[in-house]
Amino acid sequence: MSGELFDLIIVGAGPAGLTACLYASRSLLKTLLLEKGPVGGQVIYTDLIENYPGFPGGISGYELIERIQKQLEDYEYQFLQEEVIDLREVEEVKEVHLSSGKVLKAKAVILALGAKPRKLGVPGEKEFTGRGVSYCAICDGPFFKGEEVAVIGGGNTALQEALYLTKYVKKVYLIHRREAFRATPILQERVKKNPQIEIIIPAVVEEIKGEDRVEKLVYRDLKSNKKRELEVAGVFIFIGHEPETGWLKGKLEMDESGFIIVDREMRTSRPGIFACGDCVSKKFRQIINACGEGAVAALNAEEYIKNLEK
Amino acid sequence: MGACKVTDQDFEKEVLQSPIPVLVDFWAAWCGPCRAIAPVIDELAEEYAGRVKVCKLNVDENPLTPGKYGIRAIPTLIIFKNGQPVETIVGAVSKATLVNALNKVLG
Repeated sequence: MSGELFDLIIVGAGPAGLTACLYASRSLLKTLLLEKGPVGGQVIYTDLIENYPGFPGGISGYELIERIQKQLEDYEYQFLQEEVIDLREVEEVKEVHLSSGKVLKAKAVILALGAKPRKLGVPGEKEFTGRGVSYCAICDGPFFKGEEVAVIGGGNTALQEALYLTKYVKKVYLIHRREAFRATPILQERVKKNPQIEIIIPAVVEEIKGEDRVEKLVYRDLKSNKKRELEVAGVFIFIGHEPETGWLKGKLEMDESGFIIVDREMRTSRPGIFACGDCVSKKFRQIINACGEGAVAALNAEEYIKNLEK
Repeated sequence: MGACKVTDQDFEKEVLQSPIPVLVDFWAAWCGPCRAIAPVIDELAEEYAGRVKVCKLNVDENPLTPGKYGIRAIPTLIIFKNGQPVETIVGAVSKATLVNALNKVLG
């Protein structure tokens, strides 16, 4: 495979990368899709997606990905389960360096790197991950049947997952550092109406404690500025995402948080390198715009490759 | 061939008494990330055949074993050697991470 020149290498197989792959393979570009982890990215952690058009009643994240993969079976592309560690430009050729030592070459690259859950950064978080601290309600919720848990965050994910958890747990404490939630009003309404959810705002988590699993959460009530404790068996953290773009520093223009800056055509600061989905600098990170951007990136990559041949 | 199934009933025999190291994937059907890593688990079963036994334990059908090992998140992958858990990996990690863990245990 090394030595071979691809038209397009897509890095990341979440909704953005998979959609880019769909468009590129339909354009008969010689396409390689790379993914280091499970196909689907963050979407597979979502129980129910209610805002993706065409699926009345909603669809689970895993099922949506399964459907896109099935759709891709009709087209030709290559797939490798590998991690990318460097991107270099040698004149007009892009070199994609893998952690396995392989170097792959392409005329154009689409970065659909996604993002990973942001950590709280408090004592106990790391130690208790998998033993009460969780970033996935759908995976871990059923282990907390009849118990009390805390959900941290104020965006769509936090509220959606707090609601989901009430199916299993006795009580959810929803803790957010601001006085108002950022989540969409319909979710705020559902949360406020749910008798199993107690809202604690504004408050910040200071520590997660326990013997060999989570037993207590220490937080500071920002109104009274007093330290308080909750007895909980689980702490579910949904405080947004951060990009994994450290390895691209100095190569592409990024915003101060490390998200890649692109124009409306998903072009980065370097010709022939496109980016789409959650790794780009933008205000709203939704599955629908990740897919839309993936399509735009692939179509522009196709145009770029055609212009190279002229 | 892929990964084999283990249950609460045969865990002792299949995992704890195994002469070679065993990777156990604790999973459930409702867990998207578990299903997403399933193909990688099957690949590892083939690639490590004869050196490491790769098994899947459904936590819904077999609640005793996950309880015994304090599992509160899935996917959780535990590598057992001589009946003892020697490596625990929580979450849908990359294949490279699992390969590194297996190679470490094999020494």
